[in-house]
Amino acid sequence: MSEQKISEHRLTQLKALEAESIHIMREVVAEFRNPVMLYSVGKDSSVMLHLARKAFYPAPLPFSLLHVDTGYKFKEMYEFRDNYCKEVGADLIVKRNEDAIAKGVNPKEHGVARCCGALKTKGLLDALEEGEYDAAFGGARRDEERSRAKERVFSLRDEFGQWDPKDQRPELWSLYNGKIHDGESVRVFPISNWTEMDVWLYIREENIPIVPLYFAKERLMVERKNFLIPYYEETKDQLLEGEEPKMIMSRFRTLGCGPCTGAVHSDATNMDEIVIEAAAARRSERETRIIDHGSNSMEDKKKEGYF
Amino acid sequence: MTELNIKMTKEIELLRLVTVGSVDDGKSTLIGRLLVDTKGAFEDQLLAVRKKKGTTHIASAAEIDLAMLTDGLSAEREQGITIDVAYRYFATPKRKFIMADCPGHEQYTRNMVTGASTAHAAIILIDARNGVLAQTKRHTHILGLLNIPHLIVAVNKMDLVDNDQNVFNQIRSDMKEYCAKQGINDLICLPMSALDGDMVAVRGDKMDWYKGETLLETLETLSALGGIDSKPFRMPVQLVNRPQTAELPDYRGFMGTIASGTVKVGDEVVSVPSGNTSTVKEIVTFDGNLEEAFAPQSVTLTLNDEIDVSRGDMLTHVGDKASDSKVLTANVCWIGDEPLTNRSKYVIKHTSNSVKAMVASIDFKTDIHTLDHLEDADELAMNEIGQITLKLMKPLHYDSYVDNRTTGSFIMIDTFTNNTVGAGMII
Ligand SMILES: Nc1nc2c(ncn2[C@@H]2O[C@H](COP(=O)(O)OP(=O)(O)OP(=O)(O)O)[C@@H](O)[C@H]2O)c(=O)[nH]1
Ligand SMILES: [Mg+2]
Repeated sequence: MSEQKISEHRLTQLKALEAESIHIMREVVAEFRNPVMLYSVGKDSSVMLHLARKAFYPAPLPFSLLHVDTGYKFKEMYEFRDNYCKEVGADLIVKRNEDAIAKGVNPKEHGVARCCGALKTKGLLDALEEGEYDAAFGGARRDEERSRAKERVFSLRDEFGQWDPKDQRPELWSLYNGKIHDGESVRVFPISNWTEMDVWLYIREENIPIVPLYFAKERLMVERKNFLIPYYEETKDQLLEGEEPKMIMSRFRTLGCGPCTGAVHSDATNMDEIVIEAAAARRSERETRIIDHGSNSMEDKKKEGYF
Repeated sequence: MTELNIKMTKEIELLRLVTVGSVDDGKSTLIGRLLVDTKGAFEDQLLAVRKKKGTTHIASAAEIDLAMLTDGLSAEREQGITIDVAYRYFATPKRKFIMADCPGHEQYTRNMVTGASTAHAAIILIDARNGVLAQTKRHTHILGLLNIPHLIVAVNKMDLVDNDQNVFNQIRSDMKEYCAKQGINDLICLPMSALDGDMVAVRGDKMDWYKGETLLETLETLSALGGIDSKPFRMPVQLVNRPQTAELPDYRGFMGTIASGTVKVGDEVVSVPSGNTSTVKEIVTFDGNLEEAFAPQSVTLTLNDEIDVSRGDMLTHVGDKASDSKVLTANVCWIGDEPLTNRSKYVIKHTSNSVKAMVASIDFKTDIHTLDHLEDADELAMNEIGQITLKLMKPLHYDSYVDNRTTGSFIMIDTFTNNTVGAGMII
């Protein structure tokens, strides 16, 4: 295929998206003093990291990866993170809101909004401030959620890390305006134009390693409303009354924190099957994220500085 | 989806679309309709915009508020208007579409320019009851300046004028006349009802007098986008790659996105502005070196000679150089809050280059109704369009915008606020 495609000089849509993402990353490295890449260990981060390796090859990555950890991630995620970052030679920085973690902030007692606010939003804002980063890459996609569909590729943040969706900078052609005042920063979304389907197709095409939780397996799960909640011995006190863990063939479409991310019933054990399943999906991946429920929550969180 | 389908999905082409037109003409409704009819929206996203609380299953588009599917900000839903561009995605077996839904309100014209700048095709919506309005003209004129390859006029809300063919014909001839004035003769016109879905993805049975293609058929069959690979080779250098690692102590690669044309190993290239020449040694990518690369690939080039090349320089073929000048004349859409005035200074970002510039003259302002040139203008206020001449601190290497969107466009940045205040298209 590639012989023929090259002689036609036509890029397939995935290759066109790849070229655009690489262009964006290079602009950021050229124009900002101290960029960092937010790395959440999920599939979108995996694609973003892979694109970054392509963008700067054969040089090593010209920025660090920053994982804002809540302490509630799945243990498979920590394992994968540490191994993979070592394998590709990425410099990984892990930051946590230690105050909140010491106070035992959790979604069950404090509610999802407050828990996320403390562990994720505050954790992120503190880490960005401490590192004095003026640009942070994020792997958010516009197709994820309707307020994300509104965001620029270069998204300006004031000194409090806040987003003003009603007054965004015009963004024309592929000319990104990287000029900011002291204290301001940008969040940059190099895979803005990728859809969930593109991400899966690309992972399949490029053989990008991802956390094994994305593949279906018999797993110990608790069924709660429409969700499948993974069950771990360590977190058994989080069970609600009457809940019984059982083995269920399942996988994750998106990975977040253990207590707030559900799995889906699935038999997809390899990338082909995942792509086929993604094509047939009738509900969005964000539905398995508890943070997105309730009216308008993503937009409000993003205004406050949420990733 | 089968193995074969997976392959096709990977290989289909990308088409960037934009919807424009006056406020309330139905742009967001149309995108909602396209998403629903092509299954580009998920059930939970549809349920979030259901009209009746308590609905648990959406059987038809009539049960949801189509515009709310794309009006993603709370302020937009409160006011029932679009404020900023929304980017939405859908695919058919033939193409993948990136759809920018622009606001119609004049106040947000800058967001419309944002959404339209990268489009291959634009759908201009017109409310059949109102016909061609000032904002329709403004948007159409901007699309003309942006040189969008395909313009589609969709006369919407035909259901509110009894699907009357005469209404459609009148609006079509008004638009043809307006477009002809600025040299746009290639217009596709179709009647539709975004709300009911007639002539969007399906024909419906209310407008049998219209024999042309539906909107979706039109979008799927618009002529191919290619062509930039056959233009002269241009690669603005974004960065110089100098790993300085033990394995690659002396490596120097020039990183950039090919703006146009094709480059091969062995080609003789010149770096402007220095004028130094060399030949291409390697075309480096993570997936292995290439013999040939073409627009819009992002690559890294190494050269056979140690010549001085840095960010902001441009590599071209020897003998096929871009124009260079310290004086530029350009069409501009002014999108800043403060008006553009004579002798004021801005930073111009052009490809990977930023230079200081001063407005040497405002050549004219365009009356968007008549397209007349008003030559005594002393400023361009927000949302106004005109032609200006800029004096630059150092020369830029460029092509005219109609020849090359990338090397012919620039943005103007206010040096005090850092905001993007102008969109320029070099003549
Ligand atoms: N009857 C009828 N109503 C329509 C049609 N298309 C849109 N509408 C209605 O027109 C109103 C405005 O539609 P929107 O889609 O929000 O218009 P818009 O062009 O996106 O408006 P802005 O983004 O604010 O410029 C809504 O009440 C729609 O339901 C149509 O084909 N027929
Ligand atoms: Mg709208």
